[in-house]
Amino acid sequence: MKCKQFLQELTNYLDGALDARTQSELEEHLTWCHDCHVVHDTTKKTIEIYRDSKLYELPVELASKLRAAIMDKCRGSKKSPCSGAASASVTSEAEDELPEGDAPPQHSH
Amino acid sequence: MGAIQPIVTGPASEELALVHAAKGGDDAAFEELVRRYDRNVFRIANHITQNREDAEDVVQEAFLKAYRNLDRFQGNSKFYTWLVRIAVNEALMKLRKRKPERFVSLDEDIQLGEESVPREVADWSPNPEQQYGQAELKEILTKTIQGLPPGFRTVFVLRDVEGLSTEETADALELSIPAVKSRLLRARLQLRERLSRYFKKRTLGEATS
Ligand SMILES: [Zn+2]
Repeated sequence: MKCKQFLQELTNYLDGALDARTQSELEEHLTWCHDCHVVHDTTKKTIEIYRDSKLYELPVELASKLRAAIMDKCRGSKKSPCSGAASASVTSEAEDELPEGDAPPQHSH
Repeated sequence: MGAIQPIVTGPASEELALVHAAKGGDDAAFEELVRRYDRNVFRIANHITQNREDAEDVVQEAFLKAYRNLDRFQGNSKFYTWLVRIAVNEALMKLRKRKPERFVSLDEDIQLGEESVPREVADWSPNPEQQYGQAELKEILTKTIQGLPPGFRTVFVLRDVEGLSTEETADALELSIPAVKSRLLRARLQLRERLSRYFKKRTLGEATS
């Protein structure tokens, strides 16, 4: 296995998504290639540092403030009639960006 | 030895029960869903928009949209994945408004830049994050991820910070699985490269101040 190939498989390796044979080839490469060993090790650390970092934690007070505002708006949106022109115009801005059901939308780019 | 541990999320059946109740008009059930996922949506929105006010708006708009459109959620995917998709869309719209000139579309195919080829192969010190104070470390991590194009950092945040699977990330971003994988690889490598500047082992003679 060459370094370039190692790099291509790195993400699958880190995610544990390789077949046994590719994985053992990759691990064999790691035993003698110092550069790839470092790249693997530090990439793994990069992921762990970001995962463990408390970046953008939502403060408790802000969470309750937002939750109250959300529930307020939700109840407010319920009061308008479910059918007819009035409610249609309220929801129309939401419609175009919202994916249909669970399936990815079929529009093309 | 290589694999990173997956993040475990709550049982899906419990989530589905809440969604059913909310669909039936139970606002307390919907509020529970908000409580369950507001932190995640806030974090994702902040990572994408890099702006706290925008992130607060995204949290509100995403949940409101989910509430109004609950009927259209059919349960083929997890509610959380569906919610993330709505939130990502909202966050990207904010970003486009704020920085139209710098915006890179999610489905634009970005060629493997030189930056993705590892150049820095110096090993890191054993506990790099402990070299810095918590505030300083946060600043380094924020600055570093800000430097990535939005399409890269979004994939990285969903996969590696929020712990969505490759399939769920593809679903939430409306990208193919290979596109998610290639973006994830490049995001990881670019972050690694940039963090190496801060975390690499100091060689003898360098001051540790
Ligand atoms: Zn190598």
